[in-house]
Amino acid sequence: MAFEFELPPAPNTDVKPMFGEADLVRRSASSVPPPARKLTEMAKLIDVSKCIGCKACQVACLEWNDRTERIGFNYGVYDNPVDLTPESFTVMRFTEWVNPETQNLEWLIRKDGCMHCEDPGCLKACPSPGAIVQYSNGIVDFDHEKCIGCGYCIKGCPFDIPRISQVDHKAYKCTLCSDRVAVGQGPACARTCPTHAIVFGTKEEMKQHATDRIKDLQSRGYKNAGLYDPPGVGGTHVMYVLQHADKPEIYAELPKDPRISPIVVFWKGLTKYAGMAAMGAFAAVGVLHYLVSGPNTVKPRDEEDAERLVGGRRS
Amino acid sequence: MTAYDVEQGDAVHPGDPVRVDRYTPGARVNHWITATCLVLLAISGLALFYPTFFFLTALFGGGEWTRAIHPWIGVVLFFSFAGLFLRFWKANLWRAEDGTWLARLRYVLTNEEDKLPEVGKYNAGQKVVFWSMSILIIILICTGIVIWDQYFYPLTSIEQKRWAVLVHSLAAVTIICVWIVHVYAAIWLRGTFAAMTRGQVTGGWAWKHHRKWFKELVTGKVSDRATGS
Repeated sequence: MAFEFELPPAPNTDVKPMFGEADLVRRSASSVPPPARKLTEMAKLIDVSKCIGCKACQVACLEWNDRTERIGFNYGVYDNPVDLTPESFTVMRFTEWVNPETQNLEWLIRKDGCMHCEDPGCLKACPSPGAIVQYSNGIVDFDHEKCIGCGYCIKGCPFDIPRISQVDHKAYKCTLCSDRVAVGQGPACARTCPTHAIVFGTKEEMKQHATDRIKDLQSRGYKNAGLYDPPGVGGTHVMYVLQHADKPEIYAELPKDPRISPIVVFWKGLTKYAGMAAMGAFAAVGVLHYLVSGPNTVKPRDEEDAERLVGGRRS
Repeated sequence: MTAYDVEQGDAVHPGDPVRVDRYTPGARVNHWITATCLVLLAISGLALFYPTFFFLTALFGGGEWTRAIHPWIGVVLFFSFAGLFLRFWKANLWRAEDGTWLARLRYVLTNEEDKLPEVGKYNAGQKVVFWSMSILIIILICTGIVIWDQYFYPLTSIEQKRWAVLVHSLAAVTIICVWIVHVYAAIWLRGTFAAMTRGQVTGGWAWKHHRKWFKELVTGKVSDRATGS
């Protein structure tokens, strides 16, 4: 008896991504034509004051991105895994901080991951054309087909985010769920967060939301509460509401004024052009010298002198 | 006079013209392995440094292969060059006449060699190339290991890697410039190329460019054995 069944219709066949290649504003090691339209800038806002450290975002991230984290090791702290990995694009970083003003122990839990910088250091450092792209909505994404695994993005990143897989030797990081955002969905972590500590929307909306949250926090005694949207990298598309925005470094070393390292800027800037000029100049001087002075040839007289020296000794 | 820069294998063969053995087969093979590595490293390195040259990664089987193979070629070059270093370092020690030679560099460029001091097996220009290559290769292998993430990632900090990749690129550009000088000199000075292919130069070439070495070879102890037949 043969089975007879009909496959259910594929869901959402008419869904078309809302952005793509045509919306690139930056493309690593190459240029893109200016896009015809400008997408609304999107952002994820992480309200550290509302995070309860449940790690649902980590689970949702692994789940949506179809990654499997290895069974880890307990280092005696809540952080698990203890650092970002090629599988875990986000981790909760737990800090126990004693507020010197109140003597209160504050448990600071920061969800770490790609910040989706407006001026992405990873993209600047990447040597492979198109391996890192930036869309006009602010999402910075890696194209693993084009990634060569050199690790330059790690050197470019001011936040120490990308990780190279020892399995396929490609760089991985948070995509801001670009595939979900492209069909009008929010990132998996934001969708799963039980306290709405992670929210997603347009950057304007998120800034407005942050302003309200900061007001609330300030009314509760957190006078330095503020938004983390660092201008050194042109602002980010993942922002934090911090209870102590004047001291971002207490949140597991969140950099106070992140910017692309001047070493990277020099390496990818002046070194490149000066290097080309130097190599070109050496080659050009060689060609010119040859044209002007001609080859340096050994004359018959030199050969005679040599024979005289050798012969003279022999006689 | 001690034959300080007459090397093992250097010999004079009388005739018309006089032939002079300059490089042993071992030295020549050693040289060409190093040369091949250097060219491959320059091509793959430029491909990873300049987006314009990224297409050159196709020669190595694509970007990933280029990234994977470049450091290994570097390792081969390091050991191969170490061989050349051991062969040539003695004859490349700086001598009194080298300063004078370098000070009169313009006569070199204008083909007025009669205004230059007689030099040994290597002139000051060649010595500068030799020592530059030696120092740059040490810098390149050290910084290269720092940025060889596949095996050495945990050993250094990201900040150290940033410095390493910058120094690596600067040293690479410099060594390519030195290499251009080296290759140009071999093309410009006719009769030089044969030294590294067949191992021999003519007596006239040795007389013109390395007279001190040639005289030592003919009159010194080493030449006794070589031309005594």
